[in-house]
Amino acid sequence: MQCEVCDNSATVHLTEIIDGQKKERHLCQACSQKAGITIKMSSPSKTMLNNFVASKNDVSNLSEQVCEHCMLTWEQFRKLGVLGCSHDYEAFGEPLQKLIAKAQGGAIAHVGRVPENISGGADNQLRLIQLRQELHDAVEAEDYEMAARLRDEINHVLPQL
Amino acid sequence: MKLSDNYDKVGSWLSGDGPQSDIVISSRVRLARNVKGFTFSAHSTVEQNQHLLTFLQSKVMDSALQDKVYYFCMQDTSDIERDLLAERHLISKQLACGSGPRGAIISHDESLSLMINEEDHVRMQTVASGLQLKETYAILAGIDDLLEQDVEFSYSKQYGYLTACPTNVGTGIRVSVMLHLPALKLTGQMDRVMRATKDLKLAVRGFFGEGSEPIGDLFQLSNQITLGKSELEIIDELITHAIGPIIEYERYARQKLLEDEQSMLDDKVYRSLGTLKNARLISSEETLLLLSYVRLGIYLGRIKGVTIDTVNKIFLLTQPAHLQYLYDQTLDTQNRDEYRATVIRKYLA
Repeated sequence: MQCEVCDNSATVHLTEIIDGQKKERHLCQACSQKAGITIKMSSPSKTMLNNFVASKNDVSNLSEQVCEHCMLTWEQFRKLGVLGCSHDYEAFGEPLQKLIAKAQGGAIAHVGRVPENISGGADNQLRLIQLRQELHDAVEAEDYEMAARLRDEINHVLPQL
Repeated sequence: MKLSDNYDKVGSWLSGDGPQSDIVISSRVRLARNVKGFTFSAHSTVEQNQHLLTFLQSKVMDSALQDKVYYFCMQDTSDIERDLLAERHLISKQLACGSGPRGAIISHDESLSLMINEEDHVRMQTVASGLQLKETYAILAGIDDLLEQDVEFSYSKQYGYLTACPTNVGTGIRVSVMLHLPALKLTGQMDRVMRATKDLKLAVRGFFGEGSEPIGDLFQLSNQITLGKSELEIIDELITHAIGPIIEYERYARQKLLEDEQSMLDDKVYRSLGTLKNARLISSEETLLLLSYVRLGIYLGRIKGVTIDTVNKIFLLTQPAHLQYLYDQTLDTQNRDEYRATVIRKYLA
């Protein structure tokens, strides 16, 4: 198959779902890189989703991801081994969740003591937890259509908190 | 009354009168908490750490705990007293040797201690003699409730109590026991035990906590997972899958030694006692090694004239900072080894 931009043969085949419409793109290695789509050979599917999601959110580089409250970057956290503030758990989203799951035998949700003085926003928070667990499971199952839909819904719920 | 009035005695967790204390020396439960709205200790300014220290100290000293605790500001506490507190397992080495505004609030009987501005804003622990994990946890949960009346801790519905290190997130709980396993060591079964605990995702460490080799057949066993299970589930699992079985193996191994290897056992026990009673120079490492056999000898009824109380006193009071404090002068290693031997001979006379 030919690259849709140049004459080289296409080695990158991308399926995008935007507003329910499916669009296929076929690019060569060089043109895909120019378009901001990078593929790592080791674990193609998960990275593809991350890059797809990242390209939608304009976060180009994981190590540059930063918490706006304490200004800690992901790279700094990985070096130090400790986080800067409680907002980091939100700011570092999925990469941190992966790390937590690995350290905690797969667990990503708290089961245990709850503070008596907890403040409101309960329903949306619970919905968010549910969505995150479903997104995690969808990525594990490589169901990227489902994952993209869940990601959209999470982005819809977040501003309401 | 000051805590230092008690530095020539052992704390309640080393009293040796708890359940199964022939094998479980002590039980410890720790909870990690951070105050909402403040950056974590390592990432914040000196001013913020000072503010938090003052804030937390006043909250605790104004609460129902006020008449039962002492407060230590680490920056105002001498090097040697900080080392003493670490040797008594009341504060961590990290807090003792750290820098910046940080403190500790310690109960009179040394069963409760609360560190401020260690890796997390608050690290509170209860410790008791023998196997008493559920009881010590219940007390600590009560302290957590008490603090939460005046302080809002960082918490999310997703991840639970938010901690500086993701390995503590969720319950923020560290449950640990100190086990004395000389028979398993003597019968060459420690490797099997270490492997089994690794499979269960438990941390096994030597006597002094993180990154140390086991000295004197003392092992600290604790949970590694803090998320996805409740506090009581974590405790139950540790007891059911690890502590319970290990106690049984050690008891069985001790029985076997008595039945099949009595001469070898007696030889080790009495040589150890002999050295302790007669040495003129002795290191803290050798002391712990020999005390291990004496402790075993007492519990197996091979030694009559020495009590566990004495063993525990020697165990604590001959450690470097205690020795230095009790002799009120800076000792170099040789002097320390000499004084240590003198103290031990005095206790065993």
